[in-house]
Amino acid sequence: MKHSTFFWFFLPTALAMLLFIAFPIVSVVTQSLHTAHDQVIVEVENCGPFGCTKEVKVDTEATAQLKAEKPLGKWAGLNIYFDRSHLATAEVAQAWRSKKSFGEFFSSITNLPFYRAMSFTLTYTFVVTPCLIILGFMIAVAVNALNQKLKGIVIFFSLLPMIVTPLIGSLILFWMIDSRGILGNALQWLAGDPNLSLKASTTLTWIMLMVYGVWHAAPFAFVVFYAGLQTLPQDTLESAMIDGATRWQRIRYVIIPHIMPLVTFVALIQLMDNFRVLEPIVGFNAEAHATSLSWIIFNDLSGETRLLSSAATTSVLTIVGVAILLSPVLVRTWRDFNRKA
Amino acid sequence: MAAAAENKSVGLRIFSTGFVIFWLILAAFPFVWTLWGSFKVELDFFSIANWTNALTGAQTEKVYGSPFTGTGYEGAWVQEEFWRAMLNTAVVCFFVVCTSLTIGTLGGYALSRSGYRYTFWLLILALIFRAIPQITLVSGYLLPFFEWNVWGLLPTSIIVLVAINQPFTLWMLHSFFQKIPKDLDESAMVDGCTRFQAFRHIIIPVMWPGVITTGLFSFLLAYNDFQVTALLLAKENQTMVPKIASFLGTTQTEGNVMFAVASVVSATAPLFILVMFFQRQIVSGLTAGAVKG
Repeated sequence: MKHSTFFWFFLPTALAMLLFIAFPIVSVVTQSLHTAHDQVIVEVENCGPFGCTKEVKVDTEATAQLKAEKPLGKWAGLNIYFDRSHLATAEVAQAWRSKKSFGEFFSSITNLPFYRAMSFTLTYTFVVTPCLIILGFMIAVAVNALNQKLKGIVIFFSLLPMIVTPLIGSLILFWMIDSRGILGNALQWLAGDPNLSLKASTTLTWIMLMVYGVWHAAPFAFVVFYAGLQTLPQDTLESAMIDGATRWQRIRYVIIPHIMPLVTFVALIQLMDNFRVLEPIVGFNAEAHATSLSWIIFNDLSGETRLLSSAATTSVLTIVGVAILLSPVLVRTWRDFNRKA
Repeated sequence: MAAAAENKSVGLRIFSTGFVIFWLILAAFPFVWTLWGSFKVELDFFSIANWTNALTGAQTEKVYGSPFTGTGYEGAWVQEEFWRAMLNTAVVCFFVVCTSLTIGTLGGYALSRSGYRYTFWLLILALIFRAIPQITLVSGYLLPFFEWNVWGLLPTSIIVLVAINQPFTLWMLHSFFQKIPKDLDESAMVDGCTRFQAFRHIIIPVMWPGVITTGLFSFLLAYNDFQVTALLLAKENQTMVPKIASFLGTTQTEGNVMFAVASVVSATAPLFILVMFFQRQIVSGLTAGAVKG
């Protein structure tokens, strides 16, 4: 295909991505270097019958005018990056100096909003991703052994947790694990503790969110692995059987190597998706115990006064996080590509 | 697989079937339970006294004289005007699917037919764009959108959703186009078609299954979106998902929880129907990107 033809075919989609993905990134970075204007303060002298008093008040008109002229705010440099609600360098240094043990250092660090969100986001990403891959693989192997007629119906029900809107899915589970809901009741009965509430404990809230994450994403892994099992070379499997491989050995040495590229694919997609976890936290109403980076941005943006600069700074830090997370994959792709070329 | 299935021990077969049944309950039970509970009053849905109330509807029977009631649905659809949100969702989904398929097929076709190196880098760039959390982009939109006075409107959200879905759409369509032999459009061009005519009259008719599958996923992305629509739409233009989220803010008064439950069920129903009719396409779409490796 000629360059010019390619250009015209690709132009609309390139424009869309440039305007609404590439430019916003620039806009976010710019915004994060600015902060809201200070209010314009004027001193007024009030003279009454008992002499004059000086009074300081906010000049709303001038403030509004300043805001209209420069909507971006005033230049702040990297100040917002280092303030208490983001990297909090001063607080971290303080905690490091006064630490008695590493445990204490970490617990004081995780009280800071950014690090608290970071610790949950990373834990969530790296617990949920392997768990959903294992569960998805187990379902795929089990369903593959089923009779042909049953497969369709099993796949239909398996798709539901994945297809349903994340917010709706988490709400449905949230209502069930409520202490007055069926699962909450069952857990209270199992634990023998009528006051047990998943919502009250940080550990239990984290576990609950992660269970939701696995429930929601396992079907994706299942479908991909199931498709991979359909292309399994039967000859290899049979020769392994003739050589006396047990069932477990066949899974370990024939099936798993065959679907390994798919595991990488699922892991890549799920790392991306789990890193942006937001809807379960909103749905489970769990922000008191667990916040994620996306949640901080969402919270900054949805309040009465929208904290644009603060949200932009967290966004830049999140994008840096994604870049670090994805860098191994990108480096590998780049190497593969150069080897081929 | 028949040979392998025959020599399976009984214990293993029971374990494997048991596991599938366990998974099915895990996957389907929450939906069945919520559907059943949505026809009850709140005191039954959240039952302190006895959990079987949720099954029998004892409190519901006391209030309405029948174990089922549609008050939750009535409250959500009539009183809270949930139909408006559903209409908005329909508009958003329709335009997102049409636009992203139009520009996506053009772009995906170009990527699959050009042999130059830059196509690889464009695909990698699309992958990077796919990885960026949408909410970070939303925080970049807000200020410009306020300045241009386009915040809160449906068309704004539609364009944003189209753009955000483009990387994924491109990848999927690219892998579908790769499966169509290049000889097909080349022979059409030998016969005198221009590139666009070959694309329009030869390739697209062959591509329908791929286009439908990709359209389904665009639909799902638009339908399920919370991050963009919650922050970019004004209250009167809200789609279903942010509308449900806003119910939650006012759940404390009795009955409102049941509005949320009823609207959750109403919003899930179209997805059920979708899976029922398009299960094959969804499965093929999920594996399209993957099986290539």
